[in-house]
Amino acid sequence: MNNKKTELLVAALENGTVIDHIPSELVFTIAQLLELEKLNSSVTIGYNLTSKKIGKKGVIKVADKFFSDEEISRLSVVAPNVVLSIIRNFDVVEKKEVITPDELHGIVRCSNPKCITNNEPMSTYFHVVDKQAGTLKCHYCEKEQNKSKVKLV
Amino acid sequence: MTKSFVTIADLSKEKIMSLLEAAARFEENPNRKTLDGKVIATLFFEPSTRTRLSFETAVNRLGGRVIGFSDAATSSSSKGESLKDTIMMVGNYADLIVMRHHLEGAARYASEVSPVPIINAGDGANQHPSQTMLDLYSIYKTQGTLENLNIYLVGDLKYGRTVHSLLMAMRHFNPQFHFIAPKELAMPNEYKIYCKEHGINYVEHTDFNEETIADADILYMTRVQRERFTDLMEYERVKDVYILKADMLKGTRDNLRILHPLPRVNEIATDVDDSPKAYYFQQAKNGLYVREALICDCLGINEK
Repeated sequence: MNNKKTELLVAALENGTVIDHIPSELVFTIAQLLELEKLNSSVTIGYNLTSKKIGKKGVIKVADKFFSDEEISRLSVVAPNVVLSIIRNFDVVEKKEVITPDELHGIVRCSNPKCITNNEPMSTYFHVVDKQAGTLKCHYCEKEQNKSKVKLV
Repeated sequence: MTKSFVTIADLSKEKIMSLLEAAARFEENPNRKTLDGKVIATLFFEPSTRTRLSFETAVNRLGGRVIGFSDAATSSSSKGESLKDTIMMVGNYADLIVMRHHLEGAARYASEVSPVPIINAGDGANQHPSQTMLDLYSIYKTQGTLENLNIYLVGDLKYGRTVHSLLMAMRHFNPQFHFIAPKELAMPNEYKIYCKEHGINYVEHTDFNEETIADADILYMTRVQRERFTDLMEYERVKDVYILKADMLKGTRDNLRILHPLPRVNEIATDVDDSPKAYYFQQAKNGLYVREALICDCLGINEK
């Protein structure tokens, strides 16, 4: 059983966070959004692993790091369905889901080329006006846009 | 946080009414010394002579002084300076900044970084809230109220920034709207949804004649521009349909007033100008009083 092997890898982490069952194409985007390159602790990234559930998958294991809700909410635009397992003393003590925040700061780019955020060195800022439909409203140019159409910063 | 005036969208009914009442006081007595010793900057990154003159007249009539530029080509933004740096620099000199910019959201951003209040004098296709306030003032003044009016918006309802802002500002006052436009320039869906969400009644028309406007209290005309059409055959077909002529006013209400944000090209025939129902030139004049009120409000000055 392939799953079992992954679980063994999960269990091998003493303390930290495991994100499993990531669609392969999202692995590096998630790594970037969580700013893993800035960490000093061990990070294991699995890419294109075989999964019975979703074909190919990715896994990210981060030792000694527990992400805040704010950090996790950064994933809501591209990977709303991933689950983070919190590991303490080799056990999964908590599973955290991605919660869509009310506001997105510096995560996605405004699709309006005439928006000030695309022409000035500044951070973007969106209000999430409809979480179900994924409607975002730019705080600056006030244009509404769907999250499936926006690009990451 | 300074008190800026950036958008019409978040103004409460009470706030709108108090600004209109202040404007009425300035109309009674437009020349004062309220801004004695104050310096107001007018930063026009995009030229707009009409709006700039209106703001600068307002400052001058209140005894303040004006610094600024009327074109981005003569400002440091042509050297590649960021908006933030320009605002920070001017914020050191002036007590308030009036700005117009071609980029959408520029005024909001400026209000977040500026040490002094910002008045948005237009940010691209987004907002032009002082225009909306003078439209409201003109309606209030000519009808005696903003409540329960029949308001007819005519012409380019798709790209017309002023009609969209007016629509949103009127949500507090139970209006009955009529949208009169060619199909290509019809009111966009997002604003019709906005109407439904805020309980605003509206009827759509494509024809524009004496009968359609018989019950109008306010006729708000806008320009149908050739460059807005993808189908030029369609433009040729409709270009003369949305022109208001004096003989169309025969059966209309006595209290009807015709508004237009100006500049007018040919959408209002010049024979309408002599009608007592034509109000577009006084409307522009009202901009002065409204802007006097806005400047004082942003500076926290309560003039009686």
